[in-house]
Amino acid sequence: MEFRKDLFASERNEDLNEVGRPTQRQDALGHVTGRSRFYEDHAMPGMLHMKFARSPHHHARIRSMDTAAAARMPGVVRILTADDVPKRVHTLLILIGLGPDDEPPLAFDKVRYRGEPVAAVIAESEPAASAACAAIRIDYEPLPAVFDVEEALASGAPLVNEYHGRNWYDYEGHDYQKIRFGDVEAGFRAADHVIEERYQMTPIEHAPTETGGCIAAPDTAGRYVCYTNTQALFFSLETASRILKMPSNRLHFVGGTVGGGFGGKVDSVHEPLALLGAMLTQRPVRSAYTRAEEMQVSSPRGAERIYIKDGVMNDGRIVARYARIYCDAGAYSRLSPYGAVKAAAHMPGPYYIPNVWVDARCVYTNRTPSSAMRGFGVTGADFALEVQMDKLARLVGADPMEFRIQNAYRDGDMKAHRRVTKNAALIECVQAAARLADWPIGERFQAMSSMRDGGGERARIPATPPPEAPARRVPAAAPEAAQAPLATMPPPAAETRSAATPPPRTPLAGAGRRMSSLLGTRRR
Amino acid sequence: MAIALETCHALREAAALLGRAPAARFLGGGTLLVRALNEGEADFSTLVRCLDPSLAEIRASGPRIRIGAAVTMARILATRELDFLHSAARSVGGPAVRAQATLGGNLFAPPPYGDLCAALLALDARVSVQSGYSARDVSVEDFLRERGNGAGRTLVAGVELTRPRDSRAFRFLKVSKVRPKGVSMLTMAARLEESGGRLSGVRVVYANMAPAPARAAAVERALEGRRLDRTGIEAAAAVASEGFSPPTDSLASSWYRRAVAPVHLSRLLTGDSKRSA
Amino acid sequence: MSHLTLRYRLNGNERADLVAGDETLLSLLRYRLDTTSVRQGCRQGTCGTCTVLVDGEPRLACITLAATCEGCAIETADSLPGSGGLHPLQQAFMDHFAAQCGFCTTGMLMAAKALLDVNPSPSREEVIDAIGGNICRCTGYEPIVEAVLAAATAARAGATPPAAHRHC
Ligand SMILES: Cc1cc2nc3c(=O)[nH]c(=O)nc-3n(C[C@H](O)[C@H](O)[C@H](O)COP(=O)(O)OP(=O)(O)OC[C@H]3O[C@@H](n4cnc5c(N)ncnc54)[C@H](O)[C@@H]3O)c2cc1C
Repeated sequence: MEFRKDLFASERNEDLNEVGRPTQRQDALGHVTGRSRFYEDHAMPGMLHMKFARSPHHHARIRSMDTAAAARMPGVVRILTADDVPKRVHTLLILIGLGPDDEPPLAFDKVRYRGEPVAAVIAESEPAASAACAAIRIDYEPLPAVFDVEEALASGAPLVNEYHGRNWYDYEGHDYQKIRFGDVEAGFRAADHVIEERYQMTPIEHAPTETGGCIAAPDTAGRYVCYTNTQALFFSLETASRILKMPSNRLHFVGGTVGGGFGGKVDSVHEPLALLGAMLTQRPVRSAYTRAEEMQVSSPRGAERIYIKDGVMNDGRIVARYARIYCDAGAYSRLSPYGAVKAAAHMPGPYYIPNVWVDARCVYTNRTPSSAMRGFGVTGADFALEVQMDKLARLVGADPMEFRIQNAYRDGDMKAHRRVTKNAALIECVQAAARLADWPIGERFQAMSSMRDGGGERARIPATPPPEAPARRVPAAAPEAAQAPLATMPPPAAETRSAATPPPRTPLAGAGRRMSSLLGTRRR
Repeated sequence: MAIALETCHALREAAALLGRAPAARFLGGGTLLVRALNEGEADFSTLVRCLDPSLAEIRASGPRIRIGAAVTMARILATRELDFLHSAARSVGGPAVRAQATLGGNLFAPPPYGDLCAALLALDARVSVQSGYSARDVSVEDFLRERGNGAGRTLVAGVELTRPRDSRAFRFLKVSKVRPKGVSMLTMAARLEESGGRLSGVRVVYANMAPAPARAAAVERALEGRRLDRTGIEAAAAVASEGFSPPTDSLASSWYRRAVAPVHLSRLLTGDSKRSA
Repeated sequence: MSHLTLRYRLNGNERADLVAGDETLLSLLRYRLDTTSVRQGCRQGTCGTCTVLVDGEPRLACITLAATCEGCAIETADSLPGSGGLHPLQQAFMDHFAAQCGFCTTGMLMAAKALLDVNPSPSREEVIDAIGGNICRCTGYEPIVEAVLAAATAARAGATPPAAHRHC
């Protein structure tokens, strides 16, 4: 590995004694000797196994459920249904104050995606638990389902999640996350070329080699222990504590060794129910996904659909960008409302564009709930952005590397979501990449620097035309009414022409502040 | 439900047991059977194992070769006389699968599996089948046609085939989307023997273009009696997908398979299979 | 249930265990004998995590019936360290950052050992083939290939492998 100490020398301390030096992982010896203990290595005598009866439907009403025959099957110790769960409906992001509760750990009344757990069987062996799951009789009334983000927003679409009352997440009175910076319409009018493209991501499964799971067991003094491969130990602890309505000091979570997570092990789906099982049976209970469950029901990276409309000048400057993002949350929020915020904030990309308009919506469909995965929100946005950059470069006959250097943000530039750019390094990265790839770039571009020519005029927050009408707030309890308006997001032209008055809150204020506390706070 | 494992020491004993016991399956290496067991998808209640040494025998000293059904891919790879089968055997899973996967099991493996089976079909191998106490020989082609019906009831003892005349006369190509070891999206095998500079007795086989490995009759006709030169290869490629309506599955669509078949066939025929594999 | 007595060697020790006809080697080693270094990743034979050696050959414990291992010598990662400490493969995996989450590591080591035991000077392609049935979702494989090659060199030299170029 090469360390380019010539770059940003003035910004670096030279007294670092770890950076730039190889350091042995503290767990390496355990890994190569096989001694590292993963949660399943804490198997206990008398341990029971929990398996789920899952919905075969994408969307259905549960008319009735009969567990009697299953309960009599050999090896079955206990069957859990929604009535056993102290807090019947929950949402993960409530830990950072983002409601509403929208997901039952065990479904009742309705199922909203295929594979949703409806009942849990706890038995002496895994096969016994699985056999009993198959024997639970559930009478479903299938409902129309919706799998496409834009169809979900159309009027008359089936309502996926009653707790939201509409098929999108409401950001404190805003239908979507918005960024308004400058005058995109004026930008498009002034541009030499305007193009609009559509990008579609697919859900992606993390596929960790160790599937998600945990072992929960009664401990002494009325406490319970939970060995888990969660990636977010205290997040899962707090989630379990809320769902079980039990103070967290009675729960002892032990984690640390995770057999691959990539964001797929933060949803805390096993711990609350395994703990509940341990409480009700007073025996150790293991819950673990099979490989097939991991693939089908564990939450994937959500799929975004992104439309980007750009105005570009013949000389290569991008002068306006209008982006519409639809993040597919699947049937429940999990961490997706946060992903949509990240997608919006990221959308202008690492580029300086004087006029930006972004609408990012978190949409509910009858697909498997999506959640965190390595930069979720940002990754999909980047895919769209960078393909768009290549298309723009081709459109104006520019070299794709030079085009990125030309449009890169620099120190001091105001970003569209109103943060001043610091420590920018894109120009240097592209220069280094071009050199390593033997890709010739012009001298003018080789001479550019992230530390020069930013700020000044580019530090200004440009005037933004009068804002749109205040967000139409729809009462959460009236799903039929909720589906009527707001079929599609209004194009900028319509919005800028609207004469509506009170300025909306700054984009991302409120929601953005809290969101940033979830997966890393800005420390500055 | 517990599964019984019965161990027999003679071929006939095993064949008789298979014919008699309800829902019995012959246990080869078990790569597919044990997986089904783990997944709770076992449609059998008895597994029959056979330790008859003839099942594990390889006779390959002369031009006529006999390979027992219990011979694994790893054994084929370790047998120099079977070098013409090495590319096919090596394409089956990673080393651990190859150490376990048997020739017999490969003849029964459903799509996307059956890579060695495709090679055996292209080499016009004959399958020795033991039903109860009677033994008979059938071509791989006929065997595959009957495969669905008697599955689990008959015992395959082994295959017999003639060694191709030279190493270039047999070609094998597996197209996978995962490297280095993925399941096949499309497998091709061809026997291309020449007499007097012209192809004769051409066999071209595809796997995963149909529910079982199958001969590409139009391609065989296009090549028969021709030279394996550019025109010959172009003529074959032009009819590469003829007669096939390939499946659409998680690996590829029917359209895609048809569309890329000519490309891979050309590579197989030019011997440029590195680019596909 | 049909049980039979399985006689075999586990990491050099003679054993006799009562096994059910449909019991997998993984179930026996991991869940009954508590050999936790043998890990379960898929139970389908597709991930290679449970790779062990049976009579020197790499085998997937999850799709191997224990009863078919009568008279066999079974090796798990627990057998790797010698009297002189870590096996060259273990040392090389540490030096080359070839283990991240660690879940696939023991299977990867056994797959690599199966190769080096019969082929002490493998080519890069042979290493890639040898670990071709083992999935790692963290490293991107390159450090693992480097580690196996380095271990081969070290084993030939009879020393611990060079910590040559490290990935950071
Ligand atoms: C991870 C993985 C990767 C794989 N990759 C490939 C691949 O790339 N290409 C490929 O072709 N296959 C692949 N397979 C599938 C399989 O391993 C092979 O097809 C193998 O050859 C099957 O043989 P087996 O001995 O393991 O079969 P078994 O599981 O023992 O048996 C399979 C079927 O054949 C029957 N059978 C076996 N032997 C006989 C016999 N002598 N007489 C009658 N019936 C018999 C059994 O009753 C059963 O119905 C893969 C499997 C796994 C787990």
